Amino acid sequence: MIDADRLGRSFRVRRTTVHAVRDLSFHVAAGEFVGCLGPNGAGKSTTIKMLTGVLAPTSGRVTVAGLAPSRRRTAVAREIGVVFGQRTTLWWDLPLRDSLDLVRLLYKVDRVRFRERLGELTERLGLGGFLATPVRQLSLGQRMRGDIAAALLHDPSVLVLDEPTIGLDVVSKAEVRAFLRDLNAERGTTVLLTTHDLGDVERLCRRVLLIDHGRLAFDGTVDELRATVPGETSIEDVVAHLYRNSPPSR
Amino acid sequence: MPTVHRRFLASSPSISLYAQLVRYGFRKHATYWGAAAAGAFTNTVFGVLRAYVLIALWRARPGLGGYDIADAVTFCFLTQAYIGPMQVFGGGLEIAQRVRSGDIALDLARPAPLVLWTLSEDLGRAGYLFLARSLPPTVVGALLFGIVLPDGAAVWAAFAASFALGVVISFGWRYIVALATCWLRDDRGLAVVSLVLTTFFSGLMLPLVIFPGWLGTVARALPWSAMVQVPADVYLGTADIPRTLGFQALWAAVLLALGALLTRAARRRVVIDGG
Amino acid sequence: MRVYLLLIWTWTRAAARYPASFALMTAAGTVTAGLDVAVIWVVFSNTTTLGGFDVSEVMFLYGAGGLAFSIADLLFSNADRVGQHIRAGTLDAMLVRPVGTFVQVTADRFTPHRAGRVLQAAIVLGVALARLDVPGSRLWMIPVMVVCGIVIFASIWALGGALQFLLTDSSEVANAFTYGGATLGQYPLSVYGAELVRGVTYVLPLAFVNWQPGLYVLDRADPLGLPYALRFLSPVAAAALAVAAALAWRAGVRRYRSTGS
Repeated sequence: MIDADRLGRSFRVRRTTVHAVRDLSFHVAAGEFVGCLGPNGAGKSTTIKMLTGVLAPTSGRVTVAGLAPSRRRTAVAREIGVVFGQRTTLWWDLPLRDSLDLVRLLYKVDRVRFRERLGELTERLGLGGFLATPVRQLSLGQRMRGDIAAALLHDPSVLVLDEPTIGLDVVSKAEVRAFLRDLNAERGTTVLLTTHDLGDVERLCRRVLLIDHGRLAFDGTVDELRATVPGETSIEDVVAHLYRNSPPSR
Repeated sequence: MPTVHRRFLASSPSISLYAQLVRYGFRKHATYWGAAAAGAFTNTVFGVLRAYVLIALWRARPGLGGYDIADAVTFCFLTQAYIGPMQVFGGGLEIAQRVRSGDIALDLARPAPLVLWTLSEDLGRAGYLFLARSLPPTVVGALLFGIVLPDGAAVWAAFAASFALGVVISFGWRYIVALATCWLRDDRGLAVVSLVLTTFFSGLMLPLVIFPGWLGTVARALPWSAMVQVPADVYLGTADIPRTLGFQALWAAVLLALGALLTRAARRRVVIDGG
Repeated sequence: MRVYLLLIWTWTRAAARYPASFALMTAAGTVTAGLDVAVIWVVFSNTTTLGGFDVSEVMFLYGAGGLAFSIADLLFSNADRVGQHIRAGTLDAMLVRPVGTFVQVTADRFTPHRAGRVLQAAIVLGVALARLDVPGSRLWMIPVMVVCGIVIFASIWALGGALQFLLTDSSEVANAFTYGGATLGQYPLSVYGAELVRGVTYVLPLAFVNWQPGLYVLDRADPLGLPYALRFLSPVAAAALAVAAALAWRAGVRRYRSTGS
């Protein structure tokens, strides 16, 4: 479903070249649930942006559902849903329902299908109480559920989430996790998320990618990740150990 | 704002606080040099376009309004030079935004009067924009068309004073408009009304000296004329300097006093509404 | 195109929910535009001709240019918000949607209150035509010039938006050419210097909005003696500029760096 082959992105910053991501290769099969870990500034968001067509890669290539996002941006957009945890893709001034209506137009979802899908998502995500509320007045948990609904209106085969649980309280977090787990299990939607919350990883992800200094540092199951550092039992300690001891590669 | 705020909260407001705020306003705007450069470019382009129209008009009517062609061209580039420092198109203050976000309650709770606080920052802003946005169009105008220079040191000094008063008057007006956001649900309408009044009655679009009859008389008595037309007249030496500076000082005092009254009303309103 | 219309319709409905604010903005926009007319009125209260053209002819040039400008302003001027979208991160959200970024940026937060200016320009054009007595055989040029003018202004907005992918704070530069172009066209180009007129004829084709085709409608000789054929070339100029704008916009999107998290 997602194929990255020696993927790289560099930025020119004041006459020096910074490699945000380099030589990143991985393959995600349809129906997988993958968590992407890494310290701040490791290149997770840059990778996500290349997968979704926001940024063009400077080396290597990536395909989503067989299409290169930077060249076939709109075709790829129809295949994937994207959620940015740190910022909303909805419109601040509009009620949630109007925001979703605009999303409907952008993805050319017909009215009948839209109503059906919105009903389903409203029920699953509990949007009913705040569909008429302007997005700016929503709590973070409500906004996140609205954003997830917006990303799924067109029923994409891949859902990509950049830090979907950041800043959420325990209840909201549990609701979002339960929703994502069901989505993956019932509809077979491929899910790729980045997170700093290891609870997300332990509860949701069968597979972990660890990105550090723009490179793939680990690719395997949660248990395999735990086994990489002998003596450490909690996943938090394992990951902290890996972050601290990663060699700078610039 | 917050760093300066905390440092001075303990002591009562003093000259050094306001001097610091002026410096702060200057530095803050200096970080947006790209926007200032783009603004200077736009002001220059409009200066050139307007200059041609005025030249055509003064060719058809030599000596119109007591100006010759060189005066008219000078006037045109001076008006473009005022746009940045005097924010002739409105805005430049963060107050309206802070009213909407509710942060104005914090500003009103400070021990220093909000009018003076904001004025100090605005003077810093005007100082930076004078360098970044006033000088370039004036220099280009001088190179392309040639402009007149004031007649002697006394006129230069009077012009500097008149220019500074113009900035204060522009601030006084913009402060009132911005603070009115406390009472209006949608402040965009007022912003546009202010824009219309300022651009037309300041002399930005055409010198007030060629406004016909009563329209000219009314326009020249209003505060907006003190922003563009009056300093330009001082520069060109066509104004009676003491009377003109008095006219500006009067409007500056009136607008700042109104601003202070409005601040008191705003404090009451914010306290009653709970922000 | 269909998506664009549906989007602006949705935003119009959203704006209509605050009718008082909407009416106020429309009225304010119309008054702002009315100022231009007031300026022309003040100019012609001091003289009878400007650059060799009388008040009716100037009103014709103003009305035709203003109609093209105000329609382009209504529909496409949001392209100058690219810098804002980059700073706020909203461009990322647009890039993950299956619709072109130009359509999304121009339709985003569309408000119809600028329509007042369209009406105002149309009225001035109507009054000018009533006073001018243009022969019927030359009227066909008027719709052609308005459409070409819309394309030319829209292209300049797109070019200005594309520039903001490189220089985020540069929206004022585009203003110099869009609002500046509109200001330029309010008066006969004969008032401007010859180099300036050559520049807006052969480099940035603003002269093709209302000046060159306007000379045909008014049946006037070109005061600067430029070739007669130019007055029929507005469609060519508009098409060339549109292609340049489309390429620049695409290059801008490809160079986008998505700063922030």
